[in-house]
Amino acid sequence: MIPLQHILALSAGLFAIGVYGVLSRRNAILILMSIELMLNAVNINLIAFAMYLAPDRFVGQIFAIFIISIAAAEVGLALAIILRVYRTRATIDVDNIDLMKW
Amino acid sequence: MNVPLVLFWVFGAASLTAGLLVVTSKNIAHAAFYLLFALVGVAVLFLLMAADFLALVQFLIYGGAIVVLLLFALMLTRIREGPVIVGNSQKPLAIVAGLALLALLLSVVFVTPWPKPATEAIQRIEVPVIGESLFTDWLFPFEIVSLVLLVALIGAIVIARSGDD
Repeated sequence: MIPLQHILALSAGLFAIGVYGVLSRRNAILILMSIELMLNAVNINLIAFAMYLAPDRFVGQIFAIFIISIAAAEVGLALAIILRVYRTRATIDVDNIDLMKW
Repeated sequence: MNVPLVLFWVFGAASLTAGLLVVTSKNIAHAAFYLLFALVGVAVLFLLMAADFLALVQFLIYGGAIVVLLLFALMLTRIREGPVIVGNSQKPLAIVAGLALLALLLSVVFVTPWPKPATEAIQRIEVPVIGESLFTDWLFPFEIVSLVLLVALIGAIVIARSGDD
């Protein structure tokens, strides 16, 4: 059986990579990709805890299913917004989309 | 030799490398394909953690649907001046923030006294068991998630279509 700490360390690495991507990228679609990496790190954690703490109740796996569905909804909606912004402003560089910034 | 552990780190390292390439690659289309590698690597990790159904779902939804959707969006929002994209001005800050978060999370992971696993053997959850639980114990959250997904899809269509009419 894989030790719990190894799984958590891996998911921490994936999450940190995602945070770096969100903070450092300018393209809105690439920011969305980094968010997907972070959501995956969370799912790894949930499944690891489900395997270790309550293997007969698998609540963590159910939660992961819900997170994946919400992630799918989030990607669809976010890409629609990005397309809309691209059509009106001809850029998806988040540094230039600052109309609502005061 | 602990075979699952070795496999876990082989595919885990592959996922981490692909993830790093996603956030550092200069070419947007390459980043999308690295993301595909990272997500499939995570699906294999799910298999190793006895989550067969989730591995399948990860493969289909992330590997199939979400990456394709991202590629479509990339094609529709093609940047004129070529594939080179640079990081924004807060890149050094982002490196510091990422490393600090990693250090914090790793220290928490290794300092916390985690409870011993309930059983030593990996317990596989059969897909019918998950389905039954989803439609009995988790019926209400399941319906709400279905509604959220439906509303999000309709909203995406309304937002993305051309506003001429």
